[in-house]
Amino acid sequence: MRGTTRAKWLAGVGILALAATACGSSSDNKKSDTGSGAGNSASGGSSSGGYYTASSTEPQNLLQPANANETGGFYPLSMMFRGLYTYDPKTGDTVPAMAESMDTTDSVNWTVKLKSGWTFHNGEPVTAKSFVDAWNWGALSTNKQINATWYQPIEGYDQLHPEQGEPTAQTMSGLKVVDDNTFTIKLTSPISSFKAQMGYTPFMPLPTEFYKDPAKYGEAPIGNGPFQLDTAAGGWERKKQITVKRYDNYKGNDKAKAAGVKLVFYTTYDAAYTALRDNKLDVIDQMPTSAIASFQKDLGDRAIVQPQLSIQKIGFPLYDPEWSKPGAEKVRQGLSMAIDRAAITKAIYKGLEVPANDFLAPGIPGHADVCGDTCKFNPEKAKQLVAEGGGIPHGKLTIATNADGPHREWVTAVCNSINQVIGAGSCEPKLYPEFSVARKDISGHKMQGAYRTGWKADYPFPDNFLNDVYRTGAASNDAGYSSPVFDNLAKQAMATADKNQSLDLWKQAEAQMVKDLPSIPLWYYTTKAGYSTNVSNVQFDVFGNPVFTEVTVK
Amino acid sequence: MGRYVIRRLLMMIPVFIGTTFLIYYMVYQLGGDPISAMFGDRGADPVFVAQKRAELHLDDSLIVQYWYYLKGLLQGDFGTTLNGIPVADELKRAFPISIRLALVAFAIEVVIGVTAGLIAGLKRGKFADSVVLVVTLVVISIPVFVLGYVLQYFMGLQWGWFPATATPGDPTWEDLILPGIVLGSLSLAFVARLTRTSIVENIRADYVRTATAKGLPRRRVVTVHLLRNSLIPVVTFLGADLGSLMAGAIVTEGIFNVDGVGRLIYLSVTRHESSTVVGAVAALVMIYLVMNLIVDLLYAVLDPRIRYA
Repeated sequence: MRGTTRAKWLAGVGILALAATACGSSSDNKKSDTGSGAGNSASGGSSSGGYYTASSTEPQNLLQPANANETGGFYPLSMMFRGLYTYDPKTGDTVPAMAESMDTTDSVNWTVKLKSGWTFHNGEPVTAKSFVDAWNWGALSTNKQINATWYQPIEGYDQLHPEQGEPTAQTMSGLKVVDDNTFTIKLTSPISSFKAQMGYTPFMPLPTEFYKDPAKYGEAPIGNGPFQLDTAAGGWERKKQITVKRYDNYKGNDKAKAAGVKLVFYTTYDAAYTALRDNKLDVIDQMPTSAIASFQKDLGDRAIVQPQLSIQKIGFPLYDPEWSKPGAEKVRQGLSMAIDRAAITKAIYKGLEVPANDFLAPGIPGHADVCGDTCKFNPEKAKQLVAEGGGIPHGKLTIATNADGPHREWVTAVCNSINQVIGAGSCEPKLYPEFSVARKDISGHKMQGAYRTGWKADYPFPDNFLNDVYRTGAASNDAGYSSPVFDNLAKQAMATADKNQSLDLWKQAEAQMVKDLPSIPLWYYTTKAGYSTNVSNVQFDVFGNPVFTEVTVK
Repeated sequence: MGRYVIRRLLMMIPVFIGTTFLIYYMVYQLGGDPISAMFGDRGADPVFVAQKRAELHLDDSLIVQYWYYLKGLLQGDFGTTLNGIPVADELKRAFPISIRLALVAFAIEVVIGVTAGLIAGLKRGKFADSVVLVVTLVVISIPVFVLGYVLQYFMGLQWGWFPATATPGDPTWEDLILPGIVLGSLSLAFVARLTRTSIVENIRADYVRTATAKGLPRRRVVTVHLLRNSLIPVVTFLGADLGSLMAGAIVTEGIFNVDGVGRLIYLSVTRHESSTVVGAVAALVMIYLVMNLIVDLLYAVLDPRIRYA
């Protein structure tokens, strides 16, 4: 879940929206090269295909593929590594990268055939073993990889990553190397969308160099992606930047257009945005709250606004007896209808966020107006449903949020909307001092009222938005939602190989969710980004990440 | 003199232990689970969380945790961040940046502040005095972030006089001028007013009249006799201020992209990295204490009547 942690770091100082009308009228045309001692990047300017800069944050962990669940680690890894599949930036469709094919008949046993000729940045060929060894290493609990749970579907994971005690095996029994270009995967239960997960960083291959000293490798990774670490230009300079350059022997279709990229760490998005307007920074992936109202005017056609695969919701503590008693679902539906999503997104986000009508973000296959009337503002019906359901549990709705993030404003607005419809004093925000304190109560099932909860796609398939969040016992099922109907349909949908049939089952599962309403969908986030005058062809993919390979330097 | 300094240095030990414990206690009391928070809204991997908590002694009691910390500290080990980076590295990176920023701000506030105060004091009730009073009043009443964004927009973006944001990770002196002005502005106003008041008081003092009566040139009367004696309260203020310039720059550092101690402490507090917070604050406490000692010693230099035994 990269979105929320990132939003947390953004909790900075920016409250003052500068009414900036002119856009950098005096900013001279100095090039973007802000780094020092970067020999081959000093060219800047005339030659096409120079280096450009992009805003990022310091990676939280060493740069190992299974060890990044935040933007700061994800960006460099996604540039330096390619897995079996990757995602089409525009549609989010799964497209082959290293995979020649990945076939299955039962969604349990998968046979992967690799394209030949791919090499790591040090010249070592990428083989089936590069994948299998990397996944085994990532899953082993003693290696403490933050994304280790991604290997959970693979048979034998339990032995490498036991709930208690030391691992009893070093390799997962579900992974078998057949020959240099072929390996097989056996899952514990059928997952038809397993292929769609293959573009995410935990499923990248690793060279043998890695195992000599994984920690040292984590400072200077060697991957197989379109970019390689530019050690001559400093590589990863802590708290400053990561410099990568184009890997000329890259065999994929998405070869890098620019000679290299500097991922520069700005302390706040406010500072990064100022640097962008000063033409010191070329690509910014997120706008500071203070610039939401002005950035389109400031940047003109260099501003980017487009849908992103992420959703904001209000979750309910269904483990609380008051919230799980019969009739409580009517209260939740009523509360959903009491929220004027259109007015709130317009007031707070200048209409850039899109009111939600489904638990799936638009762009996820199967997205439709599933929520229907339940997600539409309807004061009379709202009042009626809350009354029918026996009133709001505990007499008042509290919506918990961390005060150190950018969420406080909209939570207050949602509460105002509910208060106007249901009656004064029916809703109030509950502020936690900061994110980790709020998360402790939410994940520890200690809530009595509602709480804000967001989700950003890891891979573009309904599984990620539904199964991973609402299945009984799912790791991210903070609501404690448990519906046999949903579980059954989800299981079938996961197992069904036919995509349309699977999506149809998901739709039925969602229909059950709308009845139970374990959480209220609010709106979908949009990517709000921009770029400098030094670069062109800047695109963002459906996940909201810059398409680093496509950017060209003027 | 020497014994006095040694006594003062020894007094720092209990202060140091007391402050580090207090800070440790406060971060501990924040509650929350920093390891689960690393997973965002996604459900945390219980195995990972358990391992990390054990590694960082998070499941032990406060006293035991603090004991581990102190034990490490005595061996010169400042501990590690949640992500396993040595805190010492973080401090080594952040402090030079903050010290540079503080020095720029300090130089600006001393030079401009004392000069403005001196002029205002000498021309009491005249136009120059009123100008200084009004300008300092304006500066004192503007919040730092307003001043920061306004100066950044005009002097950085619009007119291009100074870099609008500092080079990430490694700010140059030039990068630090604008944040230095913003950071030093509030203290500058205080320094100007303190100096002015002090000058106004001392200008009628007997020793000034004596100096003038001796026939000393006015320049010498003002700089050697008047200013030197008037600076005692100003030096007290400046000494304490150098510490707060380093720690209190969170807002300024954020606006101008200076990744110094202020940002480090702010981010570590939000991530509950006790070892980083305590390490950084303890270093600041030491700086405060040393600055205070230097200020006390400076009194003796400025005022011959003060002697330390």
